[in-house]
Amino acid sequence: MMQEGSITRGTHRIKIHARINGKTVEEEVEPRMLLVHFIREKLGLTGTHIGCDTSNCGACTVIYNGKSVKSCTMLAVQADESEIETIESLEKDGHLNPVQEAFRENHGLQCGFCTPGMIMEIAWFLRENPHPNEDQIRWGISGNMCRCTGYQNIVESVKAASETMGGE
Amino acid sequence: MFSEEFEYFRPKSLDEAMVLMKKYGENARVLAGGMSLIPLLKSRVISIPNIVDMSRVPELSKIEERQGEIRIGSMVTDYEIENSKLLYEKISLIKEVSGWIGDPQVRNRGTMGGSLCHADPSGDWGACFLALRGRATVIGDKGERTIESDDFFEDSYTTAMKSGEVMTEIIFPIPEKRSGYSYKKMERKAGDFATVGVAVQISISEKGECTYAGIGMTAVAPTPIRSRKAEAFLMGKKVDENTVREAAKIAAGETEPMDDPLRGSAEFKRYICEVLVRRGLNEAMERSKGVK
Repeated sequence: MMQEGSITRGTHRIKIHARINGKTVEEEVEPRMLLVHFIREKLGLTGTHIGCDTSNCGACTVIYNGKSVKSCTMLAVQADESEIETIESLEKDGHLNPVQEAFRENHGLQCGFCTPGMIMEIAWFLRENPHPNEDQIRWGISGNMCRCTGYQNIVESVKAASETMGGE
Repeated sequence: MFSEEFEYFRPKSLDEAMVLMKKYGENARVLAGGMSLIPLLKSRVISIPNIVDMSRVPELSKIEERQGEIRIGSMVTDYEIENSKLLYEKISLIKEVSGWIGDPQVRNRGTMGGSLCHADPSGDWGACFLALRGRATVIGDKGERTIESDDFFEDSYTTAMKSGEVMTEIIFPIPEKRSGYSYKKMERKAGDFATVGVAVQISISEKGECTYAGIGMTAVAPTPIRSRKAEAFLMGKKVDENTVREAAKIAAGETEPMDDPLRGSAEFKRYICEVLVRRGLNEAMERSKGVK
Protein backbone atom coordinates (compact mmCIF):
# COMPACT_ATOMS: atom_id res chain seq x y z
CA MET A 1 0.00 0.00 0.00
CA MET A 2 1.35 3.37 -1.02
CA GLN A 3 1.90 5.95 1.70
CA GLU A 4 0.25 9.29 1.26
CA GLY A 5 3.08 11.03 3.08
CA SER A 6 5.37 11.42 0.07
CA ILE A 7 2.82 13.11 -2.20
CA THR A 8 3.15 16.84 -2.89
CA ARG A 9 0.07 18.40 -1.31
CA GLY A 10 -1.30 21.48 0.37
CA THR A 11 -4.28 23.76 1.01
CA HIS A 12 -2.85 27.06 2.22
CA ARG A 13 0.73 27.23 1.07
CA ILE A 14 2.84 25.09 -1.22
CA LYS A 15 6.46 25.90 -1.90
CA ILE A 16 7.35 25.87 -5.58
CA HIS A 17 10.66 26.08 -7.42
CA ALA A 18 10.61 27.20 -11.03
CA ARG A 19 12.85 28.72 -13.65
CA ILE A 20 11.32 31.92 -14.96
CA ASN A 21 13.13 33.60 -17.86
CA GLY A 22 16.26 31.67 -16.96
CA LYS A 23 16.22 32.66 -13.27
CA THR A 24 15.44 30.25 -10.47
CA VAL A 25 12.61 31.39 -8.21
CA GLU A 26 11.30 29.89 -5.02
CA GLU A 27 7.95 31.06 -3.68
CA GLU A 28 5.07 29.91 -1.56
CA VAL A 29 1.69 29.92 -3.30
CA GLU A 30 -1.88 29.05 -2.47
CA PRO A 31 -3.04 26.11 -4.66
CA ARG A 32 -5.91 28.15 -6.11
CA MET A 33 -3.61 30.95 -7.25
CA LEU A 34 -3.51 31.12 -11.05
CA LEU A 35 -0.23 31.09 -12.91
CA VAL A 36 -0.89 34.56 -14.36
CA HIS A 37 -1.31 36.05 -10.88
CA PHE A 38 1.88 34.38 -9.76
CA ILE A 39 3.76 35.88 -12.71
CA ARG A 40 2.31 39.36 -12.32
CA GLU A 41 1.90 39.76 -8.59
CA LYS A 42 4.49 37.50 -6.98
CA LEU A 43 7.21 38.01 -9.56
CA GLY A 44 6.23 41.52 -10.68
CA LEU A 45 6.44 40.57 -14.36
CA THR A 46 3.51 42.68 -15.52
CA GLY A 47 4.21 42.30 -19.22
CA THR A 48 1.91 39.27 -19.18
CA HIS A 49 -1.62 40.65 -19.33
CA ILE A 50 -4.99 39.44 -18.05
CA GLY A 51 -7.60 40.06 -20.70
CA CYS A 52 -10.76 37.98 -20.59
CA ASP A 53 -9.72 35.71 -17.68
CA THR A 54 -11.77 32.94 -19.35
CA SER A 55 -9.11 31.33 -21.64
CA ASN A 56 -10.49 32.95 -24.78
CA CYS A 57 -8.36 36.00 -25.54
CA GLY A 58 -4.77 34.77 -25.19
CA ALA A 59 -3.38 38.02 -23.67
CA CYS A 60 -1.91 35.94 -20.82
CA THR A 61 0.01 33.56 -23.13
CA VAL A 62 3.42 32.44 -21.83
CA ILE A 63 5.66 29.53 -22.79
CA TYR A 64 5.54 26.69 -20.25
CA ASN A 65 8.04 23.85 -20.67
CA GLY A 66 8.41 24.76 -24.32
CA LYS A 67 4.67 25.02 -25.14
CA SER A 68 2.52 28.13 -25.34
CA VAL A 69 -0.22 28.17 -22.71
CA LYS A 70 -2.85 30.53 -21.37
CA SER A 71 -1.56 31.35 -17.89
CA CYS A 72 -5.06 32.31 -16.65
CA THR A 73 -6.03 28.65 -17.10
CA MET A 74 -3.21 27.05 -15.16
CA LEU A 75 -2.46 26.95 -11.48
CA ALA A 76 0.66 28.54 -10.06
CA VAL A 77 1.53 25.25 -8.31
CA GLN A 78 1.78 23.63 -11.73
CA ALA A 79 4.84 25.83 -12.35
CA ASP A 80 6.74 23.76 -9.78
CA GLU A 81 9.84 22.18 -11.34
CA SER A 82 9.03 23.87 -14.65
CA GLU A 83 10.54 26.35 -17.05
CA ILE A 84 8.53 29.45 -17.97
CA GLU A 85 9.26 32.15 -20.53
CA THR A 86 7.39 35.46 -20.49
CA ILE A 87 7.51 38.50 -22.79
CA GLU A 88 10.28 39.95 -20.58
CA SER A 89 12.63 37.18 -21.75
CA LEU A 90 12.67 38.23 -25.40
CA GLU A 91 14.70 41.45 -25.42
CA LYS A 92 18.43 40.78 -25.09
CA ASP A 93 20.96 43.52 -24.19
CA GLY A 94 18.74 46.30 -25.44
CA HIS A 95 17.91 44.50 -28.71
CA LEU A 96 14.37 43.50 -29.50
CA ASN A 97 13.65 39.92 -30.49
CA PRO A 98 12.92 39.54 -34.26
CA VAL A 99 9.19 39.11 -33.56
CA GLN A 100 9.09 42.30 -31.48
CA GLU A 101 11.10 44.12 -34.13
CA ALA A 102 8.74 42.92 -36.87
CA PHE A 103 5.73 44.18 -34.89
CA ARG A 104 7.36 47.60 -34.58
CA GLU A 105 8.30 47.77 -38.26
CA ASN A 106 4.93 46.54 -39.55
CA HIS A 107 2.60 48.41 -37.19
CA GLY A 108 1.54 45.06 -35.72
CA LEU A 109 -0.04 46.74 -32.71
CA GLN A 110 -2.24 49.69 -31.89
CA CYS A 111 -3.33 49.78 -28.25
CA GLY A 112 -0.83 47.04 -27.38
CA PHE A 113 -2.92 45.16 -24.85
CA CYS A 114 -2.95 41.85 -26.74
CA THR A 115 0.65 42.26 -27.91
CA PRO A 116 2.61 40.39 -25.19
CA GLY A 117 0.37 37.33 -25.51
CA MET A 118 0.32 37.59 -29.29
CA ILE A 119 4.12 37.81 -29.44
CA MET A 120 4.66 34.89 -27.06
CA GLU A 121 2.29 32.74 -29.10
CA ILE A 122 4.08 33.72 -32.31
CA ALA A 123 7.52 33.15 -30.76
CA TRP A 124 6.42 29.59 -29.93
CA PHE A 125 4.64 29.09 -33.26
CA LEU A 126 7.74 30.07 -35.27
CA ARG A 127 9.88 27.60 -33.32
CA GLU A 128 7.44 24.86 -34.37
CA ASN A 129 6.88 26.13 -37.85
CA PRO A 130 9.69 28.42 -39.07
CA HIS A 131 8.30 29.00 -42.59
CA PRO A 132 4.52 29.30 -42.30
CA ASN A 133 2.17 30.34 -45.08
CA GLU A 134 -0.61 32.84 -44.43
CA ASP A 135 -3.25 30.22 -43.58
CA GLN A 136 -0.93 28.60 -41.07
CA ILE A 137 -0.18 31.99 -39.51
CA ARG A 138 -3.88 32.80 -39.13
CA TRP A 139 -4.55 29.35 -37.68
CA GLY A 140 -1.51 29.78 -35.42
CA ILE A 141 -2.86 32.96 -33.81
CA SER A 142 -6.45 31.74 -33.60
CA GLY A 143 -6.17 31.61 -29.80
CA ASN A 144 -5.28 35.31 -29.52
CA MET A 145 -7.71 38.16 -29.95
CA CYS A 146 -6.86 41.64 -31.12
CA ARG A 147 -9.62 44.27 -31.14
CA CYS A 148 -7.64 46.99 -32.94
CA THR A 149 -5.68 45.80 -35.93
CA GLY A 150 -8.04 43.46 -37.73
CA TYR A 151 -5.05 41.08 -37.63
CA GLN A 152 -3.74 42.14 -41.04
CA ASN A 153 -0.59 43.85 -39.77
CA ILE A 154 -0.05 41.11 -37.22
CA VAL A 155 0.01 38.55 -40.03
CA GLU A 156 2.43 40.83 -41.94
CA SER A 157 4.61 41.02 -38.85
CA VAL A 158 4.75 37.23 -38.53
CA LYS A 159 5.74 36.90 -42.19
CA ALA A 160 8.48 39.50 -41.73
CA ALA A 161 9.72 37.85 -38.54
CA SER A 162 9.85 34.44 -40.17
CA GLU A 163 11.92 35.89 -43.01
CA THR A 164 14.37 37.60 -40.65
CA MET A 165 14.69 34.54 -38.47
CA GLY A 166 15.02 32.22 -41.47
CA GLY A 167 18.12 34.17 -42.47
CA GLU A 168 19.83 33.53 -39.16
CA MET B 1 -10.99 35.10 -10.51
CA PHE B 2 -10.13 32.60 -7.83
CA SER B 3 -11.78 29.29 -7.12
CA GLU B 4 -12.89 28.28 -3.68
CA GLU B 5 -10.13 26.77 -1.57
CA PHE B 6 -9.10 23.22 -2.33
CA GLU B 7 -6.38 20.85 -1.28
CA TYR B 8 -3.95 20.12 -4.10
CA PHE B 9 -2.25 16.76 -4.57
CA ARG B 10 0.38 15.86 -7.11
CA PRO B 11 1.00 12.10 -7.15
CA LYS B 12 3.99 10.70 -9.03
CA SER B 13 2.44 7.36 -9.93
CA LEU B 14 -0.94 5.85 -10.65
CA ASP B 15 -0.74 3.86 -7.40
CA GLU B 16 -0.33 7.06 -5.40
CA ALA B 17 -3.20 8.67 -7.30
CA MET B 18 -5.50 5.72 -6.62
CA VAL B 19 -4.85 5.93 -2.87
CA LEU B 20 -6.10 9.51 -2.99
CA MET B 21 -9.10 8.73 -5.22
CA LYS B 22 -10.13 5.94 -2.88
CA LYS B 23 -9.79 8.12 0.18
CA TYR B 24 -11.63 11.17 -1.19
CA GLY B 25 -14.07 9.51 -3.64
CA GLU B 26 -16.65 11.99 -4.87
CA ASN B 27 -14.87 14.84 -3.09
CA ALA B 28 -11.91 14.47 -5.42
CA ARG B 29 -11.51 15.34 -9.07
CA VAL B 30 -8.70 14.56 -11.45
CA LEU B 31 -6.92 17.54 -12.97
CA ALA B 32 -5.80 16.51 -16.47
CA GLY B 33 -5.06 19.38 -18.89
CA GLY B 34 -7.38 21.62 -16.90
CA MET B 35 -8.92 23.25 -19.96
CA SER B 36 -12.44 22.65 -18.64
CA LEU B 37 -11.84 22.03 -14.93
CA ILE B 38 -9.91 25.23 -14.20
CA PRO B 39 -12.48 27.55 -15.85
CA LEU B 40 -15.27 25.74 -13.94
CA LEU B 41 -13.40 26.11 -10.63
CA LYS B 42 -12.46 29.75 -11.29
CA SER B 43 -15.96 30.80 -12.20
CA ARG B 44 -17.20 28.87 -9.15
CA VAL B 45 -19.66 26.87 -11.23
CA ILE B 46 -18.26 23.96 -9.24
CA SER B 47 -16.27 23.61 -6.05
CA ILE B 48 -14.10 20.54 -5.44
CA PRO B 49 -12.37 20.02 -2.08
CA ASN B 50 -9.56 17.82 -3.40
CA ILE B 51 -7.78 18.22 -6.72
CA VAL B 52 -5.50 15.41 -7.90
CA ASP B 53 -3.09 16.71 -10.55
CA MET B 54 -2.12 13.81 -12.86
CA SER B 55 0.46 15.78 -14.84
CA ARG B 56 3.42 13.97 -13.25
CA VAL B 57 2.04 10.43 -13.59
CA PRO B 58 4.24 9.10 -16.42
CA GLU B 59 2.28 5.94 -17.21
CA LEU B 60 -0.65 7.96 -18.60
CA SER B 61 1.27 9.78 -21.34
CA LYS B 62 2.06 7.08 -23.90
CA ILE B 63 0.77 6.39 -27.41
CA GLU B 64 1.31 2.72 -28.32
CA GLU B 65 0.35 0.25 -31.02
CA ARG B 66 -0.51 -3.23 -29.78
CA GLN B 67 -2.33 -6.08 -31.56
CA GLY B 68 -4.07 -4.05 -34.24
CA GLU B 69 -5.07 -1.33 -31.83
CA ILE B 70 -3.79 2.06 -30.78
CA ARG B 71 -3.72 2.91 -27.08
CA ILE B 72 -3.66 6.57 -26.15
CA GLY B 73 -2.84 7.39 -22.53
CA SER B 74 -5.46 9.59 -20.91
CA MET B 75 -2.91 12.38 -20.27
CA VAL B 76 -1.63 12.54 -23.85
CA THR B 77 -2.23 16.10 -25.05
CA ASP B 78 -4.05 17.20 -28.18
CA TYR B 79 -0.72 18.66 -29.34
CA GLU B 80 0.98 15.27 -28.99
CA ILE B 81 -1.88 13.61 -30.86
CA GLU B 82 -1.77 16.21 -33.64
CA ASN B 83 1.98 15.62 -34.06
CA SER B 84 2.02 11.83 -33.70
CA LYS B 85 3.37 10.12 -36.82
CA LEU B 86 1.98 6.80 -35.61
CA LEU B 87 -1.55 8.20 -35.34
CA TYR B 88 -1.29 9.96 -38.68
CA GLU B 89 -0.34 6.70 -40.35
CA LYS B 90 -2.69 4.37 -38.50
CA ILE B 91 -5.80 6.36 -37.61
CA SER B 92 -5.80 9.61 -39.54
CA LEU B 93 -9.25 10.60 -38.25
CA ILE B 94 -7.80 11.12 -34.77
CA LYS B 95 -5.15 13.47 -36.09
CA GLU B 96 -7.71 15.38 -38.15
CA VAL B 97 -10.01 15.90 -35.16
CA SER B 98 -7.16 17.05 -32.93
CA GLY B 99 -6.45 20.04 -35.15
CA TRP B 100 -10.01 21.33 -34.72
CA ILE B 101 -9.98 21.48 -30.94
CA GLY B 102 -9.96 24.87 -29.24
CA ASP B 103 -6.90 26.86 -30.23
CA PRO B 104 -3.15 26.16 -30.19
CA GLN B 105 -2.70 27.04 -26.51
CA VAL B 106 -5.65 24.84 -25.54
CA ARG B 107 -4.30 21.95 -27.62
CA ASN B 108 -0.93 22.31 -25.90
CA ARG B 109 -2.56 21.50 -22.54
CA GLY B 110 -5.85 19.73 -23.30
CA THR B 111 -6.06 15.93 -23.26
CA MET B 112 -8.33 13.40 -24.96
CA GLY B 113 -8.93 11.68 -21.60
CA GLY B 114 -9.91 14.90 -19.87
CA SER B 115 -12.22 15.90 -22.68
CA LEU B 116 -14.04 12.55 -22.74
CA CYS B 117 -14.41 12.50 -18.94
CA HIS B 118 -15.79 16.06 -18.95
CA ALA B 119 -18.35 14.84 -21.52
CA ASP B 120 -19.33 18.20 -22.93
CA PRO B 121 -22.23 17.57 -25.36
CA SER B 122 -20.34 19.54 -28.00
CA GLY B 123 -16.86 18.10 -27.42
CA ASP B 124 -14.94 17.07 -30.53
CA TRP B 125 -13.41 13.88 -29.11
CA GLY B 126 -16.80 12.34 -28.33
CA ALA B 127 -17.76 12.19 -32.02
CA CYS B 128 -14.40 10.62 -32.91
CA PHE B 129 -14.57 8.09 -30.05
CA LEU B 130 -18.01 6.92 -31.27
CA ALA B 131 -17.19 6.87 -35.00
CA LEU B 132 -14.16 4.64 -34.37
CA ARG B 133 -15.97 2.52 -31.76
CA GLY B 134 -13.19 2.97 -29.26
CA ARG B 135 -13.21 1.91 -25.66
CA ALA B 136 -11.79 3.34 -22.46
CA THR B 137 -9.94 1.63 -19.64
CA VAL B 138 -10.81 2.96 -16.22
CA ILE B 139 -9.35 1.98 -12.88
CA GLY B 140 -11.00 2.22 -9.51
CA ASP B 141 -11.21 0.75 -6.07
CA LYS B 142 -12.26 -2.66 -7.43
CA GLY B 143 -9.66 -2.81 -10.19
CA GLU B 144 -9.71 -2.16 -13.90
CA ARG B 145 -12.67 -2.27 -16.29
CA THR B 146 -13.42 -1.39 -19.89
CA ILE B 147 -16.20 0.91 -21.05
CA GLU B 148 -17.24 0.71 -24.71
CA SER B 149 -17.76 4.05 -26.44
CA ASP B 150 -21.44 3.16 -26.96
CA ASP B 151 -21.94 2.92 -23.19
CA PHE B 152 -19.70 5.79 -22.17
CA PHE B 153 -21.84 8.93 -22.42
CA GLU B 154 -24.92 8.84 -20.18
CA ASP B 155 -26.00 12.47 -20.26
CA SER B 156 -24.53 15.95 -20.68
CA TYR B 157 -21.38 16.11 -18.53
CA THR B 158 -22.19 12.61 -17.23
CA THR B 159 -20.33 9.42 -18.09
CA ALA B 160 -20.53 5.77 -17.05
CA MET B 161 -17.49 6.27 -14.80
CA LYS B 162 -18.11 6.03 -11.07
CA SER B 163 -16.76 8.46 -8.50
CA GLY B 164 -13.22 7.55 -7.56
CA GLU B 165 -12.54 5.97 -10.97
CA VAL B 166 -9.76 7.28 -13.20
CA MET B 167 -9.50 6.84 -16.96
CA THR B 168 -6.08 5.48 -17.90
CA GLU B 169 -6.24 4.96 -21.67
CA ILE B 170 -8.45 5.13 -24.72
CA ILE B 171 -8.18 2.26 -27.18
CA PHE B 172 -9.02 2.42 -30.90
CA PRO B 173 -9.06 -0.42 -33.42
CA ILE B 174 -6.90 0.43 -36.46
CA PRO B 175 -9.13 0.72 -39.56
CA GLU B 176 -8.62 -1.61 -42.52
CA LYS B 177 -6.55 -0.61 -45.55
CA ARG B 178 -9.31 0.54 -47.87
CA SER B 179 -10.84 3.06 -45.54
CA GLY B 180 -11.48 6.76 -45.41
CA TYR B 181 -12.19 9.34 -42.76
CA SER B 182 -13.37 12.90 -42.31
CA TYR B 183 -14.11 15.39 -39.55
CA LYS B 184 -16.44 18.23 -40.45
CA LYS B 185 -17.00 20.96 -37.91
CA MET B 186 -18.97 24.15 -38.12
CA GLU B 187 -17.80 26.71 -35.60
CA ARG B 188 -19.13 30.21 -35.05
CA LYS B 189 -15.65 31.65 -34.64
CA ALA B 190 -12.10 30.28 -34.41
CA GLY B 191 -11.62 28.13 -31.33
CA ASP B 192 -15.32 27.87 -30.48
CA PHE B 193 -17.17 24.74 -29.46
CA ALA B 194 -18.82 22.99 -32.39
CA THR B 195 -22.13 24.35 -33.63
CA VAL B 196 -22.28 20.87 -35.15
CA GLY B 197 -19.44 18.37 -35.60
CA VAL B 198 -19.46 15.11 -37.58
CA ALA B 199 -16.76 12.41 -37.54
CA VAL B 200 -16.90 9.77 -40.28
CA GLN B 201 -14.94 6.55 -40.71
CA ILE B 202 -15.77 4.08 -43.51
CA SER B 203 -14.18 0.97 -45.01
CA ILE B 204 -14.87 -0.26 -48.53
CA SER B 205 -14.41 -3.83 -49.82
CA GLU B 206 -12.67 -4.67 -53.11
CA LYS B 207 -16.11 -4.95 -54.70
CA GLY B 208 -16.85 -1.40 -53.59
CA GLU B 209 -19.26 -2.29 -50.80
CA CYS B 210 -19.25 -0.56 -47.45
CA THR B 211 -17.90 -2.93 -44.76
CA TYR B 212 -17.61 -0.44 -41.90
CA ALA B 213 -19.51 2.76 -41.30
CA GLY B 214 -18.94 4.90 -38.23
CA ILE B 215 -20.69 8.26 -37.91
CA GLY B 216 -20.24 10.19 -34.66
CA MET B 217 -22.05 13.49 -34.21
CA THR B 218 -21.50 16.20 -31.63
CA ALA B 219 -23.56 19.18 -30.41
CA VAL B 220 -26.79 17.68 -31.79
CA ALA B 221 -28.05 15.83 -28.68
CA PRO B 222 -27.54 15.83 -24.89
CA THR B 223 -24.38 13.76 -25.52
CA PRO B 224 -22.24 13.04 -28.57
CA ILE B 225 -24.16 10.32 -30.47
CA ARG B 226 -23.65 7.63 -33.09
CA SER B 227 -25.87 7.63 -36.13
CA ARG B 228 -26.81 3.95 -35.90
CA LYS B 229 -29.53 4.01 -38.58
CA ALA B 230 -27.37 5.76 -41.16
CA GLU B 231 -24.50 3.38 -40.40
CA ALA B 232 -26.78 0.35 -40.83
CA PHE B 233 -28.18 1.81 -44.04
CA LEU B 234 -24.68 2.15 -45.54
CA MET B 235 -23.45 -1.35 -44.65
CA GLY B 236 -23.07 -3.60 -47.70
CA LYS B 237 -24.04 -0.82 -50.13
CA LYS B 238 -22.04 0.94 -52.80
CA VAL B 239 -21.31 4.38 -51.39
CA ASP B 240 -22.31 6.75 -54.19
CA GLU B 241 -23.98 10.14 -54.43
CA ASN B 242 -27.47 8.75 -53.81
CA THR B 243 -26.64 6.53 -50.84
CA VAL B 244 -24.65 9.38 -49.28
CA ARG B 245 -27.55 11.80 -49.69
CA GLU B 246 -29.97 9.29 -48.17
CA ALA B 247 -27.62 8.40 -45.30
CA ALA B 248 -27.18 12.09 -44.43
CA LYS B 249 -30.98 12.53 -44.28
CA ILE B 250 -31.27 9.50 -41.99
CA ALA B 251 -28.46 10.75 -39.74
CA ALA B 252 -30.04 14.19 -39.36
CA GLY B 253 -33.28 12.46 -38.39
CA GLU B 254 -31.51 10.77 -35.49
CA THR B 255 -30.44 14.05 -33.88
CA GLU B 256 -32.16 15.89 -31.04
CA PRO B 257 -30.50 19.32 -31.11
CA MET B 258 -31.44 22.12 -28.76
CA ASP B 259 -32.40 25.68 -29.65
CA ASP B 260 -29.53 27.83 -28.58
CA PRO B 261 -29.42 31.64 -28.83
CA LEU B 262 -25.67 31.60 -29.49
CA ARG B 263 -25.21 28.85 -32.06
CA GLY B 264 -28.59 28.53 -33.74
CA SER B 265 -31.98 26.87 -33.65
CA ALA B 266 -32.59 23.14 -33.50
CA GLU B 267 -33.86 23.25 -37.09
CA PHE B 268 -30.70 25.00 -38.27
CA LYS B 269 -28.42 22.50 -36.49
CA ARG B 270 -30.32 19.52 -37.90
CA TYR B 271 -29.96 20.98 -41.40
CA ILE B 272 -26.22 21.66 -40.88
CA CYS B 273 -25.80 18.14 -39.55
CA GLU B 274 -27.24 16.69 -42.75
CA VAL B 275 -24.88 18.83 -44.84
CA LEU B 276 -21.85 17.85 -42.75
CA VAL B 277 -22.66 14.12 -42.83
CA ARG B 278 -23.00 14.34 -46.61
CA ARG B 279 -19.71 16.20 -47.01
CA GLY B 280 -17.98 13.94 -44.49
CA LEU B 281 -19.08 10.76 -46.26
CA ASN B 282 -18.08 12.15 -49.65
CA GLU B 283 -14.64 13.10 -48.36
CA ALA B 284 -14.18 9.78 -46.56
CA MET B 285 -15.17 7.96 -49.77
CA GLU B 286 -12.59 9.95 -51.78
CA ARG B 287 -9.91 9.25 -49.19
CA SER B 288 -10.72 5.52 -49.15
CA LYS B 289 -9.40 5.45 -52.71
CA GLY B 290 -5.92 5.98 -51.36
CA VAL B 291 -5.66 9.71 -50.92
CA LYS B 292 -4.58 10.72 -47.39
